[in-house]
Amino acid sequence: MTSFIQKRALTSLISLVGLVVLVFFLSRLTGDPAALFLPIDATDAMREQFREIHGLNDPLLVQFWHYIVDLAHLNFGESIRKARPAIDVVLEGFLWTFQLAVITMVLVTGAAVVVGSLAAFKAGGFFDRFASFVSLIGASAPDFWIAIVGIVVFAVSLGWVPTSGTGTPLHWILPIAVLFIRPFGLIVQVVRGSMITALSSAYVKTARAKGVRTRPIIFVHALRNALLPVITVIGDQAAALLNGAVVVETIFGFPGVGKLMIDSILQRDFNVVLAAIMVTALAIFIMNLLIDLAYSLLDPRIRN
Amino acid sequence: MTETSLSTAEDDLPEMQSAARRLLRMLWADKFALCAALFLLVVVVLAIIGPHLLDAAAQKQNLRMRNAPPFGFANGWMGVLGADALGRPLLPRIIVAMQNTMLVAAGAVFFSSIMGSLLGLVAGYAKPGVSQVIMRLADVIMSFPSLLLAVVVLYMAGPSVLNLVLVLAITRIPVYLRTTRAEVLEVRERMFVSAARVMGASSRRIVFRHILPVVLPTLMTIATLDFAFVMLAESSLSFLGIGIQPPDITWGLMIAQGRSYLTTAWWLSFWPGLAIILTTLSLNLLSNWMRIALDPVQRWRLEMGGRKNG
Amino acid sequence: MAEHLLEVKNLSVEFHTAAGTVQAVKDVSFHLGRGETLAILGESGSGKSVSSSAILDLIDMPPGRITSGQILFDGKDLLTLSAAERREINGRRIAMIFQDPLSHLNPVYTVGWQIAEAMTTHGLPRAEAEAAALKLVARVGIPNPEASLGKYPHEFSGGQRQRLMIAMALAMKPDVLIADEPTTALDVTVQAEVLSLLAELQQETGMGVLIITHDLGVVAEIAERVVVMNAGEVVETGLTRDVYKSPKHPYTRKLIGAAPGKGAMHAPLPKAEPVLSVRNVVKNYGPFRALDGVSFDLMAGETMAIVGESGSGKSTLATILLRLNEPDAGEALWKGRDLFQMSPAELYKLRRDLQMVFQDPTQSLNPRMSVYELISEAWVIHPDILPKAKWRARVAELLVQVGLKPEFASRYPHQFSGGQRQRIAIARALALEPKLIICDEAVSALDVSVQAQVIDLLDGLRREMGIAFIFIAHDLPVVRDFADHVMVMQKGRVVEMGTVREIFDHPQMPYTQALLAAGLDPDPDVQAARRAERLALAKAS
Repeated sequence: MTSFIQKRALTSLISLVGLVVLVFFLSRLTGDPAALFLPIDATDAMREQFREIHGLNDPLLVQFWHYIVDLAHLNFGESIRKARPAIDVVLEGFLWTFQLAVITMVLVTGAAVVVGSLAAFKAGGFFDRFASFVSLIGASAPDFWIAIVGIVVFAVSLGWVPTSGTGTPLHWILPIAVLFIRPFGLIVQVVRGSMITALSSAYVKTARAKGVRTRPIIFVHALRNALLPVITVIGDQAAALLNGAVVVETIFGFPGVGKLMIDSILQRDFNVVLAAIMVTALAIFIMNLLIDLAYSLLDPRIRN
Repeated sequence: MTETSLSTAEDDLPEMQSAARRLLRMLWADKFALCAALFLLVVVVLAIIGPHLLDAAAQKQNLRMRNAPPFGFANGWMGVLGADALGRPLLPRIIVAMQNTMLVAAGAVFFSSIMGSLLGLVAGYAKPGVSQVIMRLADVIMSFPSLLLAVVVLYMAGPSVLNLVLVLAITRIPVYLRTTRAEVLEVRERMFVSAARVMGASSRRIVFRHILPVVLPTLMTIATLDFAFVMLAESSLSFLGIGIQPPDITWGLMIAQGRSYLTTAWWLSFWPGLAIILTTLSLNLLSNWMRIALDPVQRWRLEMGGRKNG
Repeated sequence: MAEHLLEVKNLSVEFHTAAGTVQAVKDVSFHLGRGETLAILGESGSGKSVSSSAILDLIDMPPGRITSGQILFDGKDLLTLSAAERREINGRRIAMIFQDPLSHLNPVYTVGWQIAEAMTTHGLPRAEAEAAALKLVARVGIPNPEASLGKYPHEFSGGQRQRLMIAMALAMKPDVLIADEPTTALDVTVQAEVLSLLAELQQETGMGVLIITHDLGVVAEIAERVVVMNAGEVVETGLTRDVYKSPKHPYTRKLIGAAPGKGAMHAPLPKAEPVLSVRNVVKNYGPFRALDGVSFDLMAGETMAIVGESGSGKSTLATILLRLNEPDAGEALWKGRDLFQMSPAELYKLRRDLQMVFQDPTQSLNPRMSVYELISEAWVIHPDILPKAKWRARVAELLVQVGLKPEFASRYPHQFSGGQRQRIAIARALALEPKLIICDEAVSALDVSVQAQVIDLLDGLRREMGIAFIFIAHDLPVVRDFADHVMVMQKGRVVEMGTVREIFDHPQMPYTQALLAAGLDPDPDVQAARRAERLALAKAS
């Protein structure tokens, strides 16, 4: 197990290094931060000074070398925009996103597994058709559109929830509801397909020959086998959420890492972008390990 | 079963015709997929000819029609869906935007599927070292923030349909790459591949003649699904202001533009959103149908239904 | 008249498929008494499994539908009972074991849990069920029963898994045990053990056993009465011995006639220079030694049978000789050149001489290529064999040679039966005009009657064209009528090698003797004698 984790960590690290290098150089192609942060009438001397302070005057390779050296001391640099350590800014945003992702994925997984299983049990029946259609629509809808329609209906017209921001539990309802829809649609379809396969398998036939009742056949015999492919999809969806739901966070003014990322990119706050990438990469790495762990808990064949 | 003629090289032709007829029969059996296919056909035709006919109507500003509500026939059938803040009728605008939306999605799917599946074939069949390099590359692309890529390209090369296609194509390559590789790893162990190796077939022949045709249906199913995904991604980027820039329009941009009038003129954002939903829903339905129709093991479900209905 | 324990009366089942409605079972009747063993004998598609699935309500409806008939158990018609009432009977009074126990055991639960579940489902407290599971596992002969209960199905061998299935089926001491091809996927020695375990347990419990099989040997070994099914109908029924000695229906006669191992054995060939000399081939998979110093010679036009059970390394040897797999040591001289050292260019030339026919023709033929494309691919790869203008004619010729019609050229593999597909695969191998064909279990996936025809075809090719064969099989009778030399392998080593007469008439090594003794003879009398011999052998050791 430890050698497995080591191997995984190594390949992830290689990818991460590639990513950081690529982001470091590509992001500098988007233009000069001095042009954005200083007033239009700033003098050349002021611009020069700004660049000097933020180390933007050195050749790119030297800048990169400094960055790597700092990184080795766990120094992620300063955020130009917030004038605070970039890592603090990122962790703050990540905490919001993390909570949002965890709550959403727990709800999605529970709902999708139950709905998908029941749909599969009576495949072709009314509930199956209904659930399949709803999940298809869910998987087809653009989230920003649902978000603004949701705001019009539930926040503006009905006034049940606030339009944006954070503060009360009510603020969480719309963002979670919007983020819920697409993964729910996708996962229901995967659960359904994988349950249909499991229910037609030979071991379910054995269970029927033993006289096992219907409910344990679905939820004990078939479901645990059917969950194996589902876990992979859950992992993919959770990774997407951990990367920050940019559009939803932007619309709802939610201070997560996705909104932070787009703001920092547009305002050329490079250190924040790099720190955000590394933090989310680490989070996704840990989550993938958990997924593997769940896999081996569910399936004894891949243990050891 | 029809009696097949023999001994001429033209045998393949009737075989292909009957395969097409068979597909149509299976499409007829699944009414949802049939509707989806017809809807997509209409979308494609409109996307091709619509802008030529309606460009003028879509650009014409009419201040008396500012934020005109839908279903008012006072402004002719063009205004049936209402008009935007500059008084431009929405229906022709949606049809004109359709072309850009489709062009971006089709281009991105085309490039990413070809690049991705070629790399996947190589990664699946080549030596482990080559495969490792390709897979790590895919990891980097996977975790590279597509927003940053979009911004970089926007600044470097300017906003254009082609550049947006490029951004989206790059970000979607890993999807095809991973699927193709996984399938190749499975198919290459099948006995008919060993049989071809025993006959002395070259690697190229094995990959393109024996493995690719088996993987192709899966790739087509994914491409259909991905078309919907790319449409959503494009509209997200345009919505955030880092995709297509005005005066060009796409559906995502139209939603973004309508956002400021949400409370007073909901239809500005509603109709383009509905257009996106209907198109992606159709693509999803079609992709589900393809998954069954192109799978020899499951195909009977559709053929049985067809018999009963027809 | 005495009531039968289980009686199936005029049962008909149909299935809705793409090709329309298929009558899988037509008007089938049979009965089973307490303590009796009845075999249902039939080839694939005979409906033998469907009729037994109906007893346990295991037919999926739709697409299946029971159109008529009764299934009387203890005088009650099962088909009129509710689903809940039938569940009460399943497992408790009638139990079933299946072919391929690996896929029929749930992979994610321990075998102890699964055996106990058979009892807790019918109301036993968990603790009692677990204690009973331990006894059952010990009874069916699983080593170290206590530890085994906590293991998962994939941690056992095929034979052990079938024993565990039996333990699970017998948990509630059922009155009837249905066994659907229970030994088909098992090695011959394991098959014999499992069958005698079944017989012993029947003695102990007095249950009725309904065994479904395609194998005359299994019928001869275990069944008192037999029902022969063909194309959904019962064609003949009677005492096993009577049916074997004087079959009345032509289908039964054909089935018995096709049983392998009855013809004359080949006379030894005159000594000649070998075309293939294999010396000390070694292959390791990690710490596991799959091949351990294998050597043999093969003469032109000779048939060498390689016989062994699973894990003997016989298939690994085939893939290594074809360079689909690389050996760790050893050499194989083909016409004096070591084919393990050949360059890609030399290897490409060698492919013309060395061909292979695979076990499962469904998988070895690319489903997306027509028969014409499949066969002519040989000439696409080796263009100097035949000019393109002659391909059509040559494909037609080859199809005739393997007993198919020339007009099949434009069809696709899925339009053929298993036997026809294997003929296509043989035609494809012949297209390269090879000197040696390696057949890896080339007939074991086929029905008995088809097996005989394919072997006749191969033997004819050897006689007419002088092609040498390496014929790999797990079953000795199959190679008896066909091989010149036989090589017996076990655990990667050659146990014994000799002419076919030496091996069959005077086996020297204990393993070969055991293998021969474990083989099931279709003649009930022969088989009874063999069983006695085997028991004596087991007692002695």
